[in-house]
Amino acid sequence: MTSSELTGPLMAEPDATGRFGSFGGCFVPESLVPACQELEAHFRSAWADPVFRRRYEDVLRDYAGRPSPVTVCDNLSNELGVRLLLKREDLNHTGSHKINNVVGQGLLTLRMGKSRLVAETGAGQHGVATATAAALFGLECTVYMGEVDMVRQELNVFRMRLLGAEVRAVTSGSRTLKDAVNEALRDWVASVEQTHYCLGSVMGPHPFPWMVREFQRVIGEEARRQCLEILGDDPDYVVACAGGGSNAAGTFAGFVGTGAQLVGVEAAGGAALGSGGVPGVLHGMRSYLLQDEFGQVLEAESISAGLDYPGIGPEHAHLAEVGRARYFSAGDEEVLDALQLLARTEGIIPALEPAHALAWLVRAARSGEVPAGSTVLLTMSGRGDKDAEQVMRVLGGRA
Amino acid sequence: MSGAPPAGNPAAATARGVALEEHLRRASTGGRKLLVPYVTGGLREDWTELLAAMVAAGADAVEVGLPFSDPMMDGPTIQEASTVALGRGTTPASVAAELRATDVGVPLVVMTYANLVLRAGTRRFASEMAAAGVRGAIVPDLPLEESAEWEADAAAEGVETVLLAAPVTPDDRLARLCARSHGFVYGVNLMGVTGERRDLAASSAVLAGRLKAHTDKPVIMGFGISAPEQAVAAAREADGVVVASALMRMALDGASPEQVGRRVAEFRAALDA
Repeated sequence: MTSSELTGPLMAEPDATGRFGSFGGCFVPESLVPACQELEAHFRSAWADPVFRRRYEDVLRDYAGRPSPVTVCDNLSNELGVRLLLKREDLNHTGSHKINNVVGQGLLTLRMGKSRLVAETGAGQHGVATATAAALFGLECTVYMGEVDMVRQELNVFRMRLLGAEVRAVTSGSRTLKDAVNEALRDWVASVEQTHYCLGSVMGPHPFPWMVREFQRVIGEEARRQCLEILGDDPDYVVACAGGGSNAAGTFAGFVGTGAQLVGVEAAGGAALGSGGVPGVLHGMRSYLLQDEFGQVLEAESISAGLDYPGIGPEHAHLAEVGRARYFSAGDEEVLDALQLLARTEGIIPALEPAHALAWLVRAARSGEVPAGSTVLLTMSGRGDKDAEQVMRVLGGRA
Repeated sequence: MSGAPPAGNPAAATARGVALEEHLRRASTGGRKLLVPYVTGGLREDWTELLAAMVAAGADAVEVGLPFSDPMMDGPTIQEASTVALGRGTTPASVAAELRATDVGVPLVVMTYANLVLRAGTRRFASEMAAAGVRGAIVPDLPLEESAEWEADAAAEGVETVLLAAPVTPDDRLARLCARSHGFVYGVNLMGVTGERRDLAASSAVLAGRLKAHTDKPVIMGFGISAPEQAVAAAREADGVVVASALMRMALDGASPEQVGRRVAEFRAALDA
């Protein structure tokens, strides 16, 4: 029996309670239950509406620059002994895959008749993307960002403000992504009538994990077609980094029905599916979570603000549990090495987040875990411009 | 501190064995309004003295917060109180241990978030709290759709699950929620998080009226009740009020148990007037 016979089709709709296997659900206070139900109904009808779909696809093509190319990395392939293809989400407008999701949620916000977006951001990529969509669609925008991240990603704070968004510093808790999510949820409770919470990843209460994966599945569907053109076959491995896990979910959605091995790479200090995580409830969802023996959520620690999250999207927890995807972690040092390696061999400076995926591949190719000659599609989820200053500070004269 | 209930509070005449709802129904006989103050467990070394002072000043039940790292339904004051309590090494077990040594004579209702309950295991959590004299529980991020397992395990241990109703809850859902809520029904005054507000939200009276039309269980309103006159207004349609952030602000600013007790007594006097 295959895993899908045991569990139902993978990466399809969640069940009626918003669950993927035993993960997901809608753990929100009563004040937000009607909003989540309303959002599910609107998303369901919009996603089934060819007019909505066409508009979404038009904006992605004419504004965001889709389809994003797949680049065959000959130089790095030779060095690693595998055939490496990058799905170039870094070439999208605003510099990452986040634009796919915000275009979808922005259009949905207009369809719901709401006038304001709130969002959380870690690295600033989702905040910039949301501010961009807000400007394009004529919506008000407030972005919550941890105080620590605002320092790490000063340039993105400026970009958001330039785009007309209000950026509010979050000073509670660890002052990073998880606390920004708390603050955005608190805003949403108080403003739900006119505000949509434009959540940036495949996390949060139902329907967000499902909806965001659907808005990101364009990555995987394009990449599969492109791989077939280039390789004449599906790749042996499909690799993506995972904080909340939206680029990984979107990528995996295109390959879950193929024979490709799916690999998600978390930051070592935020590896919810690694040794530190156990199932728990945070931010409206049941998933793997870094927490202590009493259930207090632990603070993730990573060089990458975008992966600095103690949980992971519930569908990833399910894919890991049924064994369809495997999850590994990468540490700060090897991530910096991988970033420099790609820059020097291919002339592509990756964001720190996808540099984690690359770091795992470098390690796995060198150790033989990924056998020589394997074909690998890796999602280059964002470009490194935003991180250049931070990397410069860390590397100092070593670059 | 343990032993006999404090004198001077007619509501504090029951032992631990009485169920929350029964106690509250009895205390509200003749239209007497219910007062439920809140204290963050482990906030300070003397937090159980704060609790005792609240009871002595006329509390009908006390809500005890079990601090959580990510209290998304709470505003700045309760967030700060939670952070302070966690910084002192407070755990659900340490709060339970201190409560076991403290019999204040009114039912205690814990308020916490789902992850603390699920991490311990619903049955174990309920049993640990019941052993500490807790008679009710509020877990805001376990809405109707997610709370059935907890409700059953809590009930088996004699802990009543209090559900929250919001201004946006539609009528059909309100009916189901009232049927499932035990101890009392917690009416959330406003769309927002906990915290002091200058004025009582207009949504308070509307929700209280709707709840009273749906249930004969005690209806207690909370969120943003910062002053005695707001408590009086919120309790007009409802059976009583929860006062939390206003008292925790005082406690965080260093007020003594006596001072906090005096403030609770002012709420009591206003509600009784």
